[in-house]
Amino acid sequence: MTEVIERLFSFDGIGGLLAEGFVQNALIACALLGIVAGALAPLIVTRGMAFAVHGSSELAFTGGAAALLLGTSVSLGAAAGAVIAGAVFGILGLRQRNRDSAIGVVLSFGLGLGVLLLALYSGRASNKFGLLIGSIVSVTLEDLIVLAVTSTVLVVAIAILYRPLLFSSMDPDVAAARGVKVPQLAVLFAVLVGLLTAVAVPIVGAILVLSVTITPGAAAVRITSNPAVATVLAIIFAEAALLGGAFLSLVPGLPISGYVATISFLIYISCRVISRWRRSARDELLTPWAGAGRNRSG
Amino acid sequence: MAAPPTTPPDVPTLPVATPAVALRGARVSFGDRTLWDGLDLDVAPGEFVTVLGPNGSGKTTLVRVLLGLLPLTAGEVRIAGRPPRRGSPSIGYVPQQKALEPDLPLRGRDLVGLGLDGHHFGIGFRGRRERRERVDAALAAVGGTAYADAPVGRLSGGEQQRLRVAQALVGGPDVLLCDEPLLSLDLSHQRTVTRLIDERRRAAGTAVLFVTHEINPVLPLVDRVLYLVNGRFRIGSPEEVMTSEVLSELYRTRVDVLRVRGRLVVVGAEDHGEHCHEESA
Repeated sequence: MTEVIERLFSFDGIGGLLAEGFVQNALIACALLGIVAGALAPLIVTRGMAFAVHGSSELAFTGGAAALLLGTSVSLGAAAGAVIAGAVFGILGLRQRNRDSAIGVVLSFGLGLGVLLLALYSGRASNKFGLLIGSIVSVTLEDLIVLAVTSTVLVVAIAILYRPLLFSSMDPDVAAARGVKVPQLAVLFAVLVGLLTAVAVPIVGAILVLSVTITPGAAAVRITSNPAVATVLAIIFAEAALLGGAFLSLVPGLPISGYVATISFLIYISCRVISRWRRSARDELLTPWAGAGRNRSG
Repeated sequence: MAAPPTTPPDVPTLPVATPAVALRGARVSFGDRTLWDGLDLDVAPGEFVTVLGPNGSGKTTLVRVLLGLLPLTAGEVRIAGRPPRRGSPSIGYVPQQKALEPDLPLRGRDLVGLGLDGHHFGIGFRGRRERRERVDAALAAVGGTAYADAPVGRLSGGEQQRLRVAQALVGGPDVLLCDEPLLSLDLSHQRTVTRLIDERRRAAGTAVLFVTHEINPVLPLVDRVLYLVNGRFRIGSPEEVMTSEVLSELYRTRVDVLRVRGRLVVVGAEDHGEHCHEESA
């Protein structure tokens, strides 16, 4: 047991590691991903798109596997897979009920295809696993530039679309009545989510993308209903998970995704506890709005 | 969305004093099916017009036309003198009450603010102070100040509906378009919502177009009724339209309108029988 713990948490020679260029690249990559993932997470959660993110990430895996077999850039293949998946999900199922089954259908097909493609590939096995569980030690300067550009595009797009997205998350019918082009916006957002997935997959892996794209948002909306505060909190949570995970995984040389997912989960649990504690405190104290709500509801 | 090109030559020109809503020879057809045709209606500022009719009679279509989401097949429509357009500040929209998600990260003031600029692009850093003042005023007008910072998903249905009224009114619209806003609200919340709407039209001269299945909750406020049935329609005061003769003619079947203790009970028309017991509590 102690052996396992020592293997999991080790900081021997971390100073030397932090001076290495590839480690610095990795940390910058994590910091960038944390900003975009956190910026999008509350909207993804509000719009009930967790399953769509999962679907996009599986399709990123398929795209990456196809690229591996074809001998082209894996991250480009993953990006193409995720963005196409996002667009397909956006177009196939605009309504929640249809969407879930549409995603399930596309996801299972894509995953099956990916497994087959990977089996056909005869190269190094570590490449295969990189897509599934992520790897940050191989982030090159070129990867970093791609990530920075994509992140900028995503942040700018979200800033532009923020209010209509929020409006249509609240009530698509009213938003449409006020002139928001709800269906087009849904497709566009699904594509943006695909793009986010595409940059997250190489770092945290296809199977754990949700831990940075959903969990920080789900945690944030637990403890605040102010949309701006929720976004800031989600960014902080995503940064904590990614940078913390990167830091912890350095010396043990274990996959970053396990650490990221665990930190993210712990933050989420803490937020749930805080929200429950606050709610029971509020019920006892009757804060102004709760009291007013009760008086008027009669 | 300018006036459709097929305006017939005999359509009278719009009057000088601008009505809040003006329809002239309005027609909407989908393929061969005409929902209504030759609809002329002027709604004066501050007037309360109820739109009644069975399902499929084109009430929702009329709402969509006024919101600028659907062009007329023929005729002309003006909102405060201008053609309707998507997201126009001249029109406020109150939908039927639907429960909001409990975990929606949105406060009362955010919901109201979306009515002001939710359809605009960008985050909206400019004019924040003025925005806040308008949102606060709209919240105060519906008595929602106390839950301005509360998560909307945790409010009662009546409180949520008040916020939706504030959301519709925050832009200072010329026309308030209400689409079944009382549905699934209990009696006291129905009264609150109708009172808020009535106060607003009297204070600010906002015209009200109120689409509903059930006239009784708003009967004391109604100036005129637009009753649509299968392409036929009648416009007039409740006394003129809500009679056995007129409704029998519209429905092409025998319909009886009874007045019971200041309430109207319509017997024999679909969409009315099921509602006549609604307020008996």
